[in-house]
Amino acid sequence: MTNSISLSRRGFLISSGAAGLTISFLAGCAGADDNTPAAADLPPNPEVNAWVHIGRDDVVTIRIARSEMGQGTLTGLAQLVAEELEADWDKVVTEYPTPGENLARNRVWRDFSTGGSQGIRSSHQYVREGAAAARMMMVQAAANEWGVQVGECTVSKGVITHGPSGNELPFGAVAEAASQLDAPSDITLKDPSTWTIVGQPVARLDTADKVTGAQQYGADIVLDGMLLASIKAAPVRNATVASFDASAVEGMPGVVKVMQVGDNAVAVIADTWWRANKAVEALPVEWAGGDRFNSADFEAELDEGLTAEEAGIGNQGGDVDTAFANAAQIVEATYNLPFQSHAPMEPMNATALYTDESCEVWCPTQNGEAALAAASQASGLPIAQCEVYKQLLGGGFGRRGMSDYVAQAVLIAKEMPGTPIKLQWSREEDQRQGFYHPTTKARVRGALDEDGNLTGVNIRISGQSILAGIMPQAIVGGIDIATFQGLASPDNPRTADQSLKYTFPNFRIEHAMRTPPVRPGFWRGVNANQNAIYLECLMDELAVAAGRDPLEFRLAHLQDSPKSAAVLQAVADRSGWGSDDGKHRGLCAFYSFGSYTAACAEVTVDDNGQLKIDRIVAATDPGHAVNPQQIEAQVEGSFVYGLSAMLYGNVNFVDGEVQETNFDTYNVMRLSEMPEVETIVMPSGGFWGGVGEPTIAVAAPAVLNAIYAATGNRVRELPLNYRNLREA
Amino acid sequence: MARLHVNGQVVDVEFDDDTPLLWVLREQLGLTGTKYGCGVAACGACTVHIDGMAVRSCVYPASAIGAEEQITTIEGLSEDGSHPVQEAWKELDVPQCGYCQPGMIMAVAGMLNNNPEATDEDTDTEITNICRCGTFQRVRRGVQLAKTKM
Repeated sequence: MTNSISLSRRGFLISSGAAGLTISFLAGCAGADDNTPAAADLPPNPEVNAWVHIGRDDVVTIRIARSEMGQGTLTGLAQLVAEELEADWDKVVTEYPTPGENLARNRVWRDFSTGGSQGIRSSHQYVREGAAAARMMMVQAAANEWGVQVGECTVSKGVITHGPSGNELPFGAVAEAASQLDAPSDITLKDPSTWTIVGQPVARLDTADKVTGAQQYGADIVLDGMLLASIKAAPVRNATVASFDASAVEGMPGVVKVMQVGDNAVAVIADTWWRANKAVEALPVEWAGGDRFNSADFEAELDEGLTAEEAGIGNQGGDVDTAFANAAQIVEATYNLPFQSHAPMEPMNATALYTDESCEVWCPTQNGEAALAAASQASGLPIAQCEVYKQLLGGGFGRRGMSDYVAQAVLIAKEMPGTPIKLQWSREEDQRQGFYHPTTKARVRGALDEDGNLTGVNIRISGQSILAGIMPQAIVGGIDIATFQGLASPDNPRTADQSLKYTFPNFRIEHAMRTPPVRPGFWRGVNANQNAIYLECLMDELAVAAGRDPLEFRLAHLQDSPKSAAVLQAVADRSGWGSDDGKHRGLCAFYSFGSYTAACAEVTVDDNGQLKIDRIVAATDPGHAVNPQQIEAQVEGSFVYGLSAMLYGNVNFVDGEVQETNFDTYNVMRLSEMPEVETIVMPSGGFWGGVGEPTIAVAAPAVLNAIYAATGNRVRELPLNYRNLREA
Repeated sequence: MARLHVNGQVVDVEFDDDTPLLWVLREQLGLTGTKYGCGVAACGACTVHIDGMAVRSCVYPASAIGAEEQITTIEGLSEDGSHPVQEAWKELDVPQCGYCQPGMIMAVAGMLNNNPEATDEDTDTEITNICRCGTFQRVRRGVQLAKTKM
């Protein structure tokens, strides 16, 4: 069988022949068409290096290893490369190298994994160095051609100029010669003060196709001869398929195959997805076993964890027990937060083509290399005979870092060698088969002396560990460090970017691990979301108990973190904190994913206790701000994600089954609930913080503290579901 | 075999009577700009126009479409992405992941067909599409910008 597919304008040319999988990477990735008259007779330029290809038409194709899922990393990374390259930004396009190619080239693009707001902050150094190397090689090539010294040449906007002679050469004319040169070993990156592309609010590179419907997502893949599959996995965790009656649906229109997938799922393959899904919904299945978990019953276990003798200590200082023993006043409260589902707009999907020699997968994934490994494992083929073509993600939020749906697609395709199969999950399947943001509860306590000074803080978190559930090898000494996001110790290099920024004389942060039979997952913002509520609602409660202004009270403990104090002061100043205008405001400051964030929310609660969130002023200091307008977009979107969870988000398990299987029951925030968000991007430089996640954490606490200001009532259990806030 | 008018073209297409318009568009006509998000008319990712009115195609049986009714999908909103809403969306970089945006744009264009003077309050009331990335603020601004381009 020969199958040649051109996926997209900038896609790879993939050929799958009888001799096995071959990927004509270099031919396929000449990103732009070399259609200038002079270039017509010449072969395409080779890449300058792994990061950059430049066509004879001077089009710069930048290779992006991280996945784009809306967060803007594609554009931000391209800005970093274009900056060091001294490229003409108007000639920049991007493409994804494949995970298979990364493996074949000794992981030249390093990590493909896209999560933890790491896209830019953990790759900027080597990405920029790669670009700078490409620029140096092109300048060297030009100098060689002219027979002059490199030091006499300058480069700007994709053109190399020899100063003394005034000679000029565009990148496209030297790219081939440059590709033959050794990579330089001594690379100096540009000083940030000289940046002209990084730091600018340039438009995203991927917008145009998103407004015309031309943008292809994983769900949109069409391959020659492709069939469609819908799947139903056991609705109860750890249940298996006992039996199913294929004959009941085999006669339905369009049905091609009814099959079991692994030990816990059934699928139907049909000529359209609508027909496949109808059949799988009608398919009688008997399930065996499974954990009949009830969220309501788990409350008691969480409560026990709040006061249990044993707990892992994530961060501590001073003598907290003595502080509480000597306190003039103790503030204590319990906060309770439910499970959440990721619910990206595009339900999980993957398209697989299996033959005896190869396995190819087209999928939206946050972790291309994990998807490749899953394809190899599920197909039983060596990894070198597998390939993954990453598609744009219709949202990820952490869910697409898992590869369960990839393995399923391959197992299904394996039943029909030579036929591409697109597995599309229904929304219901997506809600039922999640890796859920865990439920946690916390008992938060603060000790005050007679003068209203804070002498001790104790936060006891009780609940599920994400790492224990999906990366148990990351548990060290019984401690899940991720549980302590934003509350962790700055002294541990693994948690320095998630560390507590308040200075407390005596404090202890603990976690009692309590594990329900539910798959946990990284959910945009992860534990920072819960921990910000615990810490920042406690700080608000303490300020009130001490009779102090919540802004002043916080600032009094941020003396060792001027950047935290700066973002907090900025939102207070912009929002009119302390002014006598009758508005009800709440504050929150938090540090997570390496960035300093703060918010001030303004709310109205009417006579019936109904909430309206009127305005939010948010500030972030991510160190370097690669694209301020995209940071604003992420901050605006953060509040939708965080406030959706606060208002509505709750996945409830009854007898092991998720009750909220679609958006009619798993509600999320709409336009009418969207406050005006004013974003203050205040990059102080000198470090690289995350953007996609950190401001989610400050959303709910700022609003909850504002609700208290409006009503005198504390909301300590979420979601809010528009309960009457005037009832205590 | 049924005859549909889609984006100004006449197409003859076969489908089961209960097939939602969404899947006829996506799977039989190759118009994949219209998205599946929920299948229960809750999210609006599947929004298209029938005679200029925004409808959620995931619950709209294709067999219920009248012989003369004109269906417009995101691909047919303009020939080259130049509809005022599309232009406004590009100018403000509204989309993030973008998956919900064809439906969002069709919903907004439908609203402006009926109410060219739509205010922020109108937008808040009438546009109930879900966007998990959270583009609402720019959607609101985009509506007002699009109005100036109509």
